[in-house]
Amino acid sequence: MTTKNRKQIHLGVHFPGVNNTTVWTDPRSGSQIDFLSFEHLARKAEDAKLDFFFLAEGLRLREHKGRIHDLDVVGRPDTLPVLAALAAVTDRIGLAGTINTTFNEPFELARQFATLDLLSEGRAAWNLVTSSDAFTGENFRRGGYLDHADRYRRAGELVDVARALWDSWDEWDAEAGGGIAHPFEHTGPQFDVRGTFTTPRGPQGHPVLFQAGDSGEGRDFAAATADVVFSAHSTFEDGQAFYRDVKDRLAAHGRDRDALKIIPATTVTIGDTPEEAAEAARQIRLAQVPGPTAIAFLEQIWGRDLTAYDPEGPLPDVEPDYDNQAITRGRVRHADPREVARQWRELAETNRWSIRELVLQLTSRGGFVGTPTHVADEIDRFVQEDASDGFILVPHLTPHGLDDVLDRVVPLLQERGSFRSEYAGPTLRDHLGLVRPGVPARAAA
Amino acid sequence: MSTPRTLHLGVDLTDGGAHAGGWRAQGPVAPRPFDAARLAGLVATAQQGLLDFVLFDDSFTLRPQRGAALQGRLDAALVSARLAPRSAGIGLVATVDTTHTEPFHVSKAIATIDHVSTGRAAWQLGWSTDAASAAVFGRRPAPDEVDALREAEEAVEVVERLWDSWEDDAEIRDEATHRFVDRDKLHYVDFEGVHFAVKGPSITPRSPQGRPPVVVRAGSPLSLDLAGRRADLVRVQATQRDDARAIREEVRDIARDAGRDPNAVRVLVDLVTVVGQDRRSAQERLDLLEELGGEQGRLPEGSLTHVGTAVDLADLLEDWFDAGAADGFTLRPASLDTDLRAIVNGTVPVLQADGVFRQAYPGTTLRDTLGLPRPASRYAAAQ
Repeated sequence: MTTKNRKQIHLGVHFPGVNNTTVWTDPRSGSQIDFLSFEHLARKAEDAKLDFFFLAEGLRLREHKGRIHDLDVVGRPDTLPVLAALAAVTDRIGLAGTINTTFNEPFELARQFATLDLLSEGRAAWNLVTSSDAFTGENFRRGGYLDHADRYRRAGELVDVARALWDSWDEWDAEAGGGIAHPFEHTGPQFDVRGTFTTPRGPQGHPVLFQAGDSGEGRDFAAATADVVFSAHSTFEDGQAFYRDVKDRLAAHGRDRDALKIIPATTVTIGDTPEEAAEAARQIRLAQVPGPTAIAFLEQIWGRDLTAYDPEGPLPDVEPDYDNQAITRGRVRHADPREVARQWRELAETNRWSIRELVLQLTSRGGFVGTPTHVADEIDRFVQEDASDGFILVPHLTPHGLDDVLDRVVPLLQERGSFRSEYAGPTLRDHLGLVRPGVPARAAA
Repeated sequence: MSTPRTLHLGVDLTDGGAHAGGWRAQGPVAPRPFDAARLAGLVATAQQGLLDFVLFDDSFTLRPQRGAALQGRLDAALVSARLAPRSAGIGLVATVDTTHTEPFHVSKAIATIDHVSTGRAAWQLGWSTDAASAAVFGRRPAPDEVDALREAEEAVEVVERLWDSWEDDAEIRDEATHRFVDRDKLHYVDFEGVHFAVKGPSITPRSPQGRPPVVVRAGSPLSLDLAGRRADLVRVQATQRDDARAIREEVRDIARDAGRDPNAVRVLVDLVTVVGQDRRSAQERLDLLEELGGEQGRLPEGSLTHVGTAVDLADLLEDWFDAGAADGFTLRPASLDTDLRAIVNGTVPVLQADGVFRQAYPGTTLRDTLGLPRPASRYAAAQ
């Protein structure tokens, strides 16, 4: 089948995270720490010719009511060493890691990603995130507290410096006996650094840069800087609007519309019939929101202990304590708790929902549910009609949660010519169709 | 103790070898020095020889070298991680700096290498007193040795506390109560030092070795002191057997004074090797390396050096070992591939025949190989 006229889909796999998307009570749930779990998912995805394997990062264990949150999966290994180890057991799949810019310096990050790119022969990607919270900062010498507005300023300058370091080496030239490092110097509001970069230029020139910010500022940052946007907009209309908005911002930065790929995260549940798939999805949702999880979710807004309430019963009759919103730390906050509480009450009363049912409805993340053919149709439609350039698939089980999707949906996408059957090149930039940046011209010494 | 002492042998795989000309000894074109396959081949050779560990030094500056060609360094921790999955038995020692890095990051990086290698990681403590390293970070001026070592010692304390911050059985997956962890077995480390404060606990569960061994390169009185108090493996330099014996005794005394068991500290002497079929061919290869390496292409000074045959090398190792001058050696091959193969094929069999070196790895972890017990979490012991 010809692939000439079809827009090509890009697909990644997300290793299960430490939130309630990951179901650990299922008997099939494996270790989130054992390297074999990482190896299984990465190799399975590589067999299916996916673009990349994706790892999130955590720098402080989440807390709830002053104690470590214990209902979800807790604990994970360090992002970059896991990716370096995966480079040993895979050959082609991209290796994307999330690293916070707030608790690192540009020299060490540039060095680590250049090393990963060399050790993986051109498969490294950096999902750049920023944070400004003092809670996480308590684990770090610099405290890590940044003014919220300074997050992107620091991130932007950090990327500039990292790219200058990667560009400070000439291309590796075996004939000439190796590589040449040129001195670098940068003076800016955030960083004042100079010297010689230790690590040769990697096969991709610059590792691929992912970015996930969703605010206007975040979108501009992505349009100016990123190669891939890891977005949260996974419904069709939402996706189209986001896609158009971000792609429209590229021209202002002198960039082509294809220079930035938009790849939201999504879940996929398949079954032999639509009914079977829907039932499987419902069972996964129930496992993701057991009673104690539903109560803990409500406590984030109520600001008080609600463990005396029955999760299968109505919402608490007591009023929320709006002054205690720090009850949960290490996760995203709700903007206006008073308004949120009012809406939740209204929803629950109108629909006669229990606490647990309300939380199930509120935390529903959509995702694709149906037969393999239906899911393949939908994924293809999203991409062909510019709601995205592909998806990062998020499983609910470690490490086999995507086996059926990779086995049964990806071949259908290949059959219709929307997804590769073989890798076209060795590097992640090749998979994503991104141009390899060259070494800039240097002033004569 | 009734069991005989076992000689410990590690090999330093940093850069192209201990000799700056080592890169070029195999021909006119660079042998792809940053290719992971090259490093994996060296690890396989070392593992075939049942060596205790491979080691990677690291620094934030390039080794000064005449002509800019063939320099460059990779991040040692990531190199170790890359080499973990396709090896077994052999330890992986990564140098990670403490002056310009975050202890929290160091802790989870080494713990993760321990996880992906199922218990074969070790951390060689790095510190930076040079202005060039300070300038590439741009965060602070370079500290002097006194300050750098104080900070390094704080870093060791924090890192080890973080390694202990998850008790071994913290993950319970209790479906009845829907609790994934027993949070009474997760501990804040609450470290408040002069240089930093770290809250904890780690994000990474306790690793197979509990605490991966800590390696300190003791090249000065201050670093020797730190090593005696904190290190599981101490790397020392000496050119005379009696000097080495005195240094080893000093390390053991410092350990004893710090309330540690001196028999739980391994003192390894750095040993640069140029191994040949006979003494003359070894010397000829050294001459060639000197020529290739240019002006700075000399062997490291102040280090025990062996230029000769593999069998003579075995005699030297046994002589120092039997005299109590060392628990073992960190071999620093002048040319990695050539010397390492000569040692594995020519020296190790002699040591085995003489009964001073293992016939198989005694267990699966580096602590097993080093004969060091797996420590309990300090927080579990306190309850």
